[in-house]
Amino acid sequence: MSIDTATAAKVAKLARIKVEEAELPALAQEFNAILGFIEQLEEVDFEGVEPMVSVTPQRLKRREDVVTDGDQPAKVLSNAPDAREGFFSVPKVVE
Amino acid sequence: MSDLNKLTIAEARDALRKGDVTSVELTEACLTAIDAADALGAFAHKTPELAMDRAKAADARIKAGDAPDMCGIPVGIKDLFCTEGVASQAASRILEGFKPEYESTVSGKLRDAGSVMLGKLNMDEFAMGSSNETSVYGNAINPWRSGNSDAALTPGGSSGGSASAVAADLCLAATGTDTGGSIRQPAAFTGTVGLKPTYGRCSRWGIVAFASSLDQAGPMTKTVRDTAIMGAAMMGHDPKDSTSADLPVPDFEAMLTGDIKGNVIGIPKEYRMDGMPDEIEKLWAEGTAMLKDAGAEIRDISLPHTKYALPAYYVIAPAEASSNLARYDGVRFGYRAEMAPGDGITEMYEKTRAEGFGAEVKRRVMIGTYVLSAGFYDAYYNRARRVRALIKQDFDDVFAQGVDAILTPATPSAAFELGKEVSDPVEMYLNDVFTVTVNLAGLPGVAVPTGMDRNGLPLGLQLIGRPWEEGELLNTAYALESAAGFVEKPARWW
Repeated sequence: MSIDTATAAKVAKLARIKVEEAELPALAQEFNAILGFIEQLEEVDFEGVEPMVSVTPQRLKRREDVVTDGDQPAKVLSNAPDAREGFFSVPKVVE
Repeated sequence: MSDLNKLTIAEARDALRKGDVTSVELTEACLTAIDAADALGAFAHKTPELAMDRAKAADARIKAGDAPDMCGIPVGIKDLFCTEGVASQAASRILEGFKPEYESTVSGKLRDAGSVMLGKLNMDEFAMGSSNETSVYGNAINPWRSGNSDAALTPGGSSGGSASAVAADLCLAATGTDTGGSIRQPAAFTGTVGLKPTYGRCSRWGIVAFASSLDQAGPMTKTVRDTAIMGAAMMGHDPKDSTSADLPVPDFEAMLTGDIKGNVIGIPKEYRMDGMPDEIEKLWAEGTAMLKDAGAEIRDISLPHTKYALPAYYVIAPAEASSNLARYDGVRFGYRAEMAPGDGITEMYEKTRAEGFGAEVKRRVMIGTYVLSAGFYDAYYNRARRVRALIKQDFDDVFAQGVDAILTPATPSAAFELGKEVSDPVEMYLNDVFTVTVNLAGLPGVAVPTGMDRNGLPLGLQLIGRPWEEGELLNTAYALESAAGFVEKPARWW
């Protein structure tokens, strides 16, 4: 498996991380080194083995779908880079 | 009493109860030590006023006859734990200015038990790293030095600030977190004790998430006894974490008898790596002999899938990180990039994340994005999860054959020079080669200092235990610690 600059650009886009054009070849090379290391996994015979979901046999606990902790908009917004009138504020999303 | 900051938790607890010392005095000693140790880069955010308030409250509590073990004990908290009203930024620029409105369950348990938070400790950004060189605060430095050299050494990562602070007596103990070895490797590099509990023992609620199926908080202390004391105070069921185990936490300290007669200690042949330094081989052989002399039965065992643990980890951890770190988008908290005219929300996300994350975090988020992307999910992510199941099975098999604990080296070398391994990510990943299997299998593991390398740097061994049996594991660690008699401290240069 070899990652080219176009793939690196696509991955950066999917991850929503801006990568300058000039940095893509180095990034692709790093991906190749790491993925090359990961490819050792192809040697393993895992016939009949299910992918692990949880290391402990316990089932995830569930609770009723009700509000247990709410009504604190000021606290929720207190760390926002931009908040107005009780809402998070972002650049225009819809034209 | 002089040098109060050098006390262990057990010593300080006993002195507090007897009235020989106050928490205010202990706290002042630590604050003085911290202010004189800026060269170590261990503390990222100091909270002296909060510490003094808590110390006074602890003294009042002790006077009133209500003194849990941790009451009045000054500790450092890794910056990965959210602490109410105190900067908590996982050593990342993207959480610049973030002051949580809530307290993580683990730091809250320590606070409620009366312990005194001295401040927030340096770490690798988002706990990604094995050398504490990816922090936005700059490097944390190991208080130990190699021979006559004055080169700065790594305290290990990602809990490098915690390890450095405990080793240099800036606090009596500290919290750490361990996703692939981030408590045990820095403990080994600094001559301290670090426990990664069984997955689910400590609540992860309020701890900045890296890889949710692997992350686990634990204590970093000067002795095994202190690990038993502080560990018990950190553990326990939390309804806010759906993976938290609803099991009672035993009195670990009471289990430290040092009697391990008849226990079976497994020595896994797969941990004997090609090119392993002679001194690590020797350390391991000496540790094995110590446990044998203490009455344990030594048995050669096989964990055949060990070799595949690191590659599996470097699929699973980035995959989970890419998902967990999707929340850092400049909308709800932390850093937001400046916009250019005409920028929309996508540009805001992309610029914020490009400027807010450091190089290693970006690398792992993108690797995670890649291995989860359509067309590669089965080839990478599902394959790694299958290998993980096999690694867990290896451990289940040896425990089923009657092995009580497994002894391995903690790290492939002593602490290395800062800047030495940064250029090659894969080379850096190999630092976790002995610890990462434990996270994949969800088991408890503890690093104990047992010797020195030829340049006078501490070296540690790792003991791995059965799930939920931290008490038995710590008792074995206690026997090893007692036999090794490691008492060296770094010579002060800072």
